[in-house]
Amino acid sequence: MKEKIIEILKTIRPEYDFSGDEDFIEAGMLDSYDIVTLVTNMEITFNFRIDGTDVVPENFGSVDSIAALLEKYGVH
Amino acid sequence: MRINLVQLFEESAKKFPEKTAVIDKDRTVPFADLRQKAMLTGMRIAQLGIPQNKPIGVFLDKSVESVYADLGILYAGDFYMNLDIKTPAERIKNIIQLVEPAAIISTQVQIKSIAAVIPDSVKLILLEETEDYMDIDQLMLSGRRNTVIDTDPSCIINTSGSTGTPKGVVLNHKSFFDFIDWSLETFGFGEDLVMGSLSPIVFDIYSFELCMLMAKASTLVVLPAHLAAFPAKILEVLEKHQVNFLFWVPTIMVNIANMDLLSAFRLPSLRTVWFAGEVFPTKQFNYWHHHLPKVTFANLYGPIEITLDCTYYIINKEIPDEEPLPIGYPCRNTDILILDDEDKAVSEPGVEGELCVRGTSLAMGYYNNPEKTAAAFVQNPLNKAYPELIYRTGDIVCLNDEGLIMFKGRKDNIVKHMGYRTDLGEIEHVIINTLKLVKNGCIVYNQAEKQITLFYEAPEEIPVPQFRMEIGKVLPKYMIPTVYHRLEQLQRNTNGKIDRLYYKKEVNK
Repeated sequence: MKEKIIEILKTIRPEYDFSGDEDFIEAGMLDSYDIVTLVTNMEITFNFRIDGTDVVPENFGSVDSIAALLEKYGVH
Repeated sequence: MRINLVQLFEESAKKFPEKTAVIDKDRTVPFADLRQKAMLTGMRIAQLGIPQNKPIGVFLDKSVESVYADLGILYAGDFYMNLDIKTPAERIKNIIQLVEPAAIISTQVQIKSIAAVIPDSVKLILLEETEDYMDIDQLMLSGRRNTVIDTDPSCIINTSGSTGTPKGVVLNHKSFFDFIDWSLETFGFGEDLVMGSLSPIVFDIYSFELCMLMAKASTLVVLPAHLAAFPAKILEVLEKHQVNFLFWVPTIMVNIANMDLLSAFRLPSLRTVWFAGEVFPTKQFNYWHHHLPKVTFANLYGPIEITLDCTYYIINKEIPDEEPLPIGYPCRNTDILILDDEDKAVSEPGVEGELCVRGTSLAMGYYNNPEKTAAAFVQNPLNKAYPELIYRTGDIVCLNDEGLIMFKGRKDNIVKHMGYRTDLGEIEHVIINTLKLVKNGCIVYNQAEKQITLFYEAPEEIPVPQFRMEIGKVLPKYMIPTVYHRLEQLQRNTNGKIDRLYYKKEVNK
């Protein structure tokens, strides 16, 4: 799944390396437009709906935290 | 006499020196401090030998510093042009070449991204170098302002133009006084307004928030831009600072409705919500209306060329989900003309025409752009007796049976996307002529999904990341197409031109 997440991230911001350990939000790698695109892409790719209260910076800082969020919704 | 917006701020700062003017994360700035900092910025401008009534750029992220800068420029009798720090350097270069600002206010760190495109003739004012102990010569500053008249500019606001360079709309002090007066008279705002400020500093909404800060000692709460994607965080900040007034574009309000966040955040302090800039789908609006029954909601409409907004509708009844929200009635001291193809006034319900505006609110024109100015600011065709300008918005409207104005669409290729006015022709121009990524292409807008869609001719598929990266070097992010379709051959109309209408219908099926 992590590969799939990185793949989605790459289509949104091809210029960045998402395999490092920087926090995507703090490092400015993902801005507000990217988050909206990312959420939509993930909802389509994995066929589920993210609850609004879960769209918080803590859940989008790294591939691990995004993966953890998806797992919470039973996406594997 | 009331001539310069700074007069309003001087009164507020003297009346409420201790009151909080700006909240920016964990920093709170009282009015007295803001006044001090603004005057320091004004002193720096004066010391550089820049005369009054000159454009000065502000290249800062939205923060207490950007407020110091804008007010400081007004203190010096000049006018501000806020720039978006995320805009590609190439575009900033075009803006600077067109407007030739006397100086740019920034910081050492932020200026780096555009340092290469700033000509030597433009002076730099870096905020780190402003010394707090510098003497403030209030008499000198007010002397500079005394030669400024109320039809002199207070700011330039850039908006998308089809030729690849934005148009700089010149707004004067008087038109802001006009809009402030209308809003105070219509909504009766007191001196306890706390504004949740979400708009980027390049939006007219932000300039209005500065006006309310100056006129009514309102508190401006800076909502960090990086939180725009996280509505739950924004709502948390609103509750924390007991925000009671919002002036937002519908995009984020639609997100909040779709995420059902108002069930979790009750926003007990909120009293007034204005929205403008694009169509608010009624279903999502009703979500807000039903969750916050005690809040006054107003739909405002207007292009930047008429200073903020020219019509409004306070929603005080139930509107079915499938009916659009009216844009309502003209603001007081503004007249709306609806003109048909022959420039005759339309007054019967249901008949469509172009919305044109008459009044003090009109901008002075586009900076250094007489052709574009002459095309949009024209003699009122209904007045043959003396010179009188109207602004042609290019928006198609009609009256409904109750005499309310209803927005129907655009005459041209302009859309509202994420709150930004975007000329689709400009994106096409950049892709085809500037970057030469494709030979033929056509951009249309998918209204339902809010997607900028490119159809292009090419022998082989061009990878989307490549498109995004190349276009992102020239255009700001909100203008980069979201969806890309390659075709062997684009559909042509009988004149041999690319059939834009066909693709527009395709994506909006």
